[in-house]
Amino acid sequence: MSANELKHAGINLGHADPLLHERAGAEVFGFWVFLMSDAVIFALLFATYGVMLPRTAGGPTPHEVYEIKSAFTETLVLLLSSFTYGMASLAMKYEHRQHRLQQWLVVTLALGLAFIAMEIHDFWKMFGENATPQRSGFLSSFYALVPTHMLHVTTGCIWIVVLLAQLRRFGIDARNKLNVLRLGLFWHFLDIVWVAIFSVVYLQGLAK
Amino acid sequence: MTSVHAWSYWLIGRIDWHSFAFVRAWRDPSLSEIIAAGAAALVVIGALAVIGGVTWLGKWRYLWKEWLTSVDHKKIGIMYVVIALVMLTRALIEAVLMRTQQAIAVNHSGILSPEHFGQLFSTHGSIMIFFMAMPFLTGLINYVMPLQIGARDVAFPVMNSISLGLTAAGAAIMMVSLVIGKFSTGGWSGYPPYTEMAFNSGVGPDYWIWAVTLSSIGTTMTGINFAVTIYKLRTAGMHLFRMPLFCWTSLCTSILMIFAMPPLTLATLMLALDRYLDFHFFTNDLGGNMMNYANLFWLFGHPEVYILILPAFGVYSEVISTFATKQLYGYKSLVYATMAIAVLSFTVWLHHFFTMGQNANINAFFGIATMTIGIPTGVKVYDWILTMYRGRVRFTVPMLYAIAFIVTFVIGGMSGIILAIPPLDYVVHNTLFLVAHFHNMLIPGLLYGMIAGYQFWFPKAFGFRLDERWGRISFACWVTGFYLAFMPLYVLGAMGMPRRMAAVFQPEYRPWLLIAGLGGFVLLAALASLFVQLWVSVRKREENRVFVGDPWDSRALEWSVSAPPPEFNFATLPEVRGPDAFGGVKERKQAYLPPPRYGDIEMPANSTLGPVLGIAGGAVAFGLVWYIWWLAIVGMLICIGAVIAGSFRRDTHRTIPADEVAETIGHWLSRAAEARAIPRPLETTSANQGLAESAT
Repeated sequence: MSANELKHAGINLGHADPLLHERAGAEVFGFWVFLMSDAVIFALLFATYGVMLPRTAGGPTPHEVYEIKSAFTETLVLLLSSFTYGMASLAMKYEHRQHRLQQWLVVTLALGLAFIAMEIHDFWKMFGENATPQRSGFLSSFYALVPTHMLHVTTGCIWIVVLLAQLRRFGIDARNKLNVLRLGLFWHFLDIVWVAIFSVVYLQGLAK
Repeated sequence: MTSVHAWSYWLIGRIDWHSFAFVRAWRDPSLSEIIAAGAAALVVIGALAVIGGVTWLGKWRYLWKEWLTSVDHKKIGIMYVVIALVMLTRALIEAVLMRTQQAIAVNHSGILSPEHFGQLFSTHGSIMIFFMAMPFLTGLINYVMPLQIGARDVAFPVMNSISLGLTAAGAAIMMVSLVIGKFSTGGWSGYPPYTEMAFNSGVGPDYWIWAVTLSSIGTTMTGINFAVTIYKLRTAGMHLFRMPLFCWTSLCTSILMIFAMPPLTLATLMLALDRYLDFHFFTNDLGGNMMNYANLFWLFGHPEVYILILPAFGVYSEVISTFATKQLYGYKSLVYATMAIAVLSFTVWLHHFFTMGQNANINAFFGIATMTIGIPTGVKVYDWILTMYRGRVRFTVPMLYAIAFIVTFVIGGMSGIILAIPPLDYVVHNTLFLVAHFHNMLIPGLLYGMIAGYQFWFPKAFGFRLDERWGRISFACWVTGFYLAFMPLYVLGAMGMPRRMAAVFQPEYRPWLLIAGLGGFVLLAALASLFVQLWVSVRKREENRVFVGDPWDSRALEWSVSAPPPEFNFATLPEVRGPDAFGGVKERKQAYLPPPRYGDIEMPANSTLGPVLGIAGGAVAFGLVWYIWWLAIVGMLICIGAVIAGSFRRDTHRTIPADEVAETIGHWLSRAAEARAIPRPLETTSANQGLAESAT
């Protein structure tokens, strides 16, 4: 096989190193597989949420505690961050300019942090209304599902910071290219999960 | 109490003098406590002996550089098997203790307190599943699979070492629980609400939660690693349908790990949230729903059964085709059967709780799905039998295990069909009938397979054969012991004896319990003779060397290299032209030829990440169990910091120069040229130098 055939979509690892391309294939595939098992985690958290939804135990109901406006803004922020991350990938692939890549990553990071801040604010408000995970099975499952997603976004933000440091130190080398690609998969994956959270948790909560 | 000792609480959490098994035995010198203290003493003495021994031999540096930080799949595989054997020893001794207790405790309280008995069946089950079976099969796959597909290592060697570290940490937590504190009495499945704070506020369930969580995270990573290795790292010409069957079963097992471990991780973490932060997932009050736990746990638990059994199926396929001197009969049907089992394994979890209240139609669906699994399994059994049919069968030790497996496993399968019928399950559920059934599946379907694999590949890993005579003695004990220990349990179950009883009051149970107790001791003798075999073999290693590497005249690629294989496995990656890759090479008389040219080989460099994460992960678990929050936080920060620091490392490879490769291979080839090829009947004698007649 020629180096071209082995080239993974989205990465330019240089022209003269077929072995690197081959490794890249395995590493990116491995990350897909990891995402699959992570998706199982989320699927089960959703299932648990579905089971627990009616189990409010006399406490707050979804309708009472969810803030659809805030959730909608969070959705926009996160979707926008996915877009800016896409711009980062494109900057790496076509422009080969490191500072442009870094700029888009910083924008993505800022959006990610804004998303986290807004979510924490939401939880804070819910806590103020006595909607704590200790109150009922329903709230336990809510606080298992949504903060798990937030924890993932936090991990993604830490990863961006580490990646920025590594870009400064090593430039756009093969490892960094791979990591940009993998982090991208991770970030878009979280977006998809959030869309499901918005629909299943917040929109469904509205319908009562 | 915690408020009184606020200062010490910050430092050592809820540990107090009474936490130590020795102190408990001092204050209450009952037989049960003395046995517990004896077990704790064994752990302490064992740990001291290992530390002292390594120091005495001055081998710390060697251990650290050559083993603990090594990312070589072969060494990691061996370390997994070592963990498995250590844990097997503990869990088997526990089993014998339980059998002794039940044999004595008819109208009598026996030697163990009920609580101690509860801990024993919980640790026995948890260890056998998570810290014996899983490490054993992971170790075998780690060692053999990359060699069989013609790769130099797994896809993610450092992650492999991290998986090992986490598994070892979980096993260490199990060991520590013998010395400090008490283990859960909630069984290996840890059902809430019994394991919730309301009923069990001690450290036991926490030990169980964190040991299992460490192991499940490690196993998920292992699954990803193996699956990617098999999909992406096969050598040229090694099409999926040319892979040895062991690789197929490894692949299916890995896929099951990827999908089935997350439910377990989630179930244990949700239970932890209930216990630590007062959530209400599985509690009796405030909307908790324990059935959700049962579903999550068995959504893992049933595929887990096949995670355990499939690799053994792979081992048997290799062993039977090698020692029947024939190609595997029905290779493709075996592959499809393996796949079918892997898929169906996700459709039957509910048969673990037929009696827990769902309606009859649901039970009927899962009952039928359960019986369906018998079909592909049956296909496999016939394929193995037909492989032996008209073959020239050599009754070596691994082959004996394979034959014992076929017979015993089919009996267990029959009792499984009985249990799959919901009305019958209602009658025998939670009795010893069930205990007999799953031991009847897992002992032949896992343990015999792992031991067969150990006997089969030991010469490959260490360069000398294991002693045949002691191997046969051990085999005889494993088989007799199994039948003595577990057939009576079917009878007892049918007589209505519930499982997990510390004492019973029906004298008619006694004869059967005595036979089962005797069987327990025979099984202990089996394990002892396995270790004697190892001892004898190490002493006689010089006369049993098989350096050339093909002692059994086998056909897969792992036999085409020296024993033990060089670090880089293959001087040049082999090109495969058909199924039974090495068999084809031997037929074409092209074995033991020097490669056209030697080149530099890049291998992954050692990494400290595995042991660091293992130790830090173990510290987190211990801190969480005992509420030593600073330890948990520090451990967690070390884990995160180590991963980030590790990602800054760029020189992750080291190069083995072509000269060194040429020298290693040249030495091996010259020994192969000098060696005398032997016919198959001589393979168990010291004439066997690892060169088969068919290759010359």
